[in-house]
Amino acid sequence: MAMVLNEEQQLLKESAEGFFAEKAPISLIRSLRDNKDEVGYAGHLWLAMCNMGFAGLMIDEEYDGTGFGCVGAGIVAEAMGKTLVAAPFHSSCIMGASLIQAAGSAEQKKEHLPAIAFGETIVTLALDETSRHDPEGTAMKVEGGKLNGLKTFVPDGHVADKIIVLARSSGEPGDRDGLSLYMVDRGTPGLIVDRVISMDSCNWSKMTFEGVEAAELLGEEGKAMDVLEPVLDRCRIVVAAELLGIAQQTLEITMDYIKERKQFGVPIGSFQGLQHRAAEWFGEVEVTRSAVLKALQMADAGGDIRWFASLAKAKASKTAELATNEAIQMHGGMGVTDEFDLGFYIKRARVLQHFYGDFNYHADRFAACSGY
Amino acid sequence: MSDLEAFREETRAWLEENCPASMRTPAQGEKDICWGGRNFVFQSDDQKLWLERMGARGWTVPTWPKEYGGGGLSKDEAKILAQEMKRIKARSPLTSFGIWMLGPALLKFGTHEQKLEHLPPIARGEIRWCQGYSEPNAGSDLASLATKAEDKGDHYSINGQKIWTSYADKADWIFCLIRTDPTNKHEGISFILFDMASEGVSTKPIQLISGYSPFCETFFDDVKAYKKNLVGEVNKGWTVAKYLLTHERTGISEMGLPVPLNRLAVDKLGTNDAGELPETMLRHQIAEHEIDAMSFMFTMERAQDEAKAGNEMGAYSSFLKAYGTELNKDRHELIVKINGSDAFEWEGQFSNNGEIPRTWLRTKANSIEGGTTEIQHNIIAKRVLGLPS
Repeated sequence: MAMVLNEEQQLLKESAEGFFAEKAPISLIRSLRDNKDEVGYAGHLWLAMCNMGFAGLMIDEEYDGTGFGCVGAGIVAEAMGKTLVAAPFHSSCIMGASLIQAAGSAEQKKEHLPAIAFGETIVTLALDETSRHDPEGTAMKVEGGKLNGLKTFVPDGHVADKIIVLARSSGEPGDRDGLSLYMVDRGTPGLIVDRVISMDSCNWSKMTFEGVEAAELLGEEGKAMDVLEPVLDRCRIVVAAELLGIAQQTLEITMDYIKERKQFGVPIGSFQGLQHRAAEWFGEVEVTRSAVLKALQMADAGGDIRWFASLAKAKASKTAELATNEAIQMHGGMGVTDEFDLGFYIKRARVLQHFYGDFNYHADRFAACSGY
Repeated sequence: MSDLEAFREETRAWLEENCPASMRTPAQGEKDICWGGRNFVFQSDDQKLWLERMGARGWTVPTWPKEYGGGGLSKDEAKILAQEMKRIKARSPLTSFGIWMLGPALLKFGTHEQKLEHLPPIARGEIRWCQGYSEPNAGSDLASLATKAEDKGDHYSINGQKIWTSYADKADWIFCLIRTDPTNKHEGISFILFDMASEGVSTKPIQLISGYSPFCETFFDDVKAYKKNLVGEVNKGWTVAKYLLTHERTGISEMGLPVPLNRLAVDKLGTNDAGELPETMLRHQIAEHEIDAMSFMFTMERAQDEAKAGNEMGAYSSFLKAYGTELNKDRHELIVKINGSDAFEWEGQFSNNGEIPRTWLRTKANSIEGGTTEIQHNIIAKRVLGLPS
């Protein structure tokens, strides 16, 4: 497959970028933060995103999705990274929808997928249990049909209607086998959801399970990793695309700034000290774009994508870190003021870098997949 | 069956029939590379046969027009040929500056007569070219070059000195940047071709830290260069040179696409019970390098696809050159680390007869030749990012 966007994808890119620039400029997340918004994202924006078909990108047409797949989702995510859109996109439209599509019964698909595509239902995955991402290390047990324990870093947990919980039906932490997925309503007795005020003004929750009934299994008992891992990989690649959007946008913002800002009577962008670093930054964004596009294409092509996903997530994490740090440094004192937007970018970048595995996690996994 | 599928089948069959078995093994360093030319000494009959067969078909330069010795293939067909050659691990039949540097410039700027005279011998590997660009006082500031041409009617008389001329001592002809107007810096340079066997040409190899001598000092003392071999217009050679440099840079950047380091490391050091390299920090460094290297490999693929889709690359080649060469330097630092003290053997079996340390040292010039990394960064800053002077 040629590593260029086809006509349909190019159109999606243009419409997504135009849409977010108009409906979700960066001032939107600033006002959500300043107003301590209860929901944490703008309802009218979310509705408009669903009307655009963005919520159904990963959902087959028979369930009212657009079936655009990973390349499409990556294009939208990259555009979201440019203006830092807050919306239950990764949680519900990528993870939730893809998990149900991959593991759900016909009834579950029929019940949930169209509702996700229309934005009527928000579904999220409760996975991490500590400050580290480690799916196989999951310790939460389901015993006597009840879930007990703590889940953290659950995206959009406070607004999700349905929570997919990864828990151990057998085996020990570290075992790949013995994990199962359960669908739980947020209102189920014994489930305590605490919204976390996150530095990036996006939304995640801690969830305490106190004898929560695990009545609805998603997929086969004990075999969750077989469906979860490929779905996680798809989401990791889409997150990498959002990180790419952040790296690209901060580069553009910073280039505009150093062309204008004058010291010693000239634009600071005329200094070689900045020019060479800008050129290196540009290069890192370009190779990241290639790693991400390749991974998105491979995800749509099917097959084992672990290597590609870890490559893309590792590379995008590293580049976003470089980009946000360089952006602040090149803006000088302005870069560390809240008045400028760079603070939003660096905060969001660090959260996404960690989300579903940071650079170290994926570099290690990349090496393991490559046979060393 | 589509035309392309049919082409693939024919190509596969032809290669099966015509590529000698010994040409289907990886090249073991410099000695196995076929550069062609009047004085080239073939390593084997197979090497010669492989060049002749591919040259006759024009497949040493698959996309060049047939009338100029090329294969006349479309980009899609050329891609298939490359894939089929890779499939049987066929060596490149011919490596030459004529193919990846002069050829594209002649195709764009040369007259029909110039193309007819010079391109077919390049395709057949009969004439080996070298590039006369840098001078002792014109390196990164190439346009300040001073080697000059004096108008003698039907020819020019050339005087001056070039340096870092790759393989000048082995080349048959040279393409050269010569000052034809001393009053105008960029607009006073012409692009001229002449025979290295001409009277007044002398070369002196420069010994490098690697022990190799790929570069020469090249001296011109009243050398006769015929006017019919001036490419493009008089005093417009800089345009030709810039175009050619983008090809040179793309060529150099392709060095970043070799065997993954982890394979070299596992062969040398093995793995532990967990299937991992036994040295944690080395494993980490290799993974970090390979993540960049693979991302770059996909970038080369994307750049080719973009070019094929008609998107102009231009200054993008500066980024590819800078990134690819820095990666290659990093790669060879890691190869030295993987091999430990074995890498220090200047001669000897553990370093493949000095190949490991010498290649490592050779890579130090990668980010200097063809325009330094710093020059590439200047170009990216100004032409891609639009930063002010």
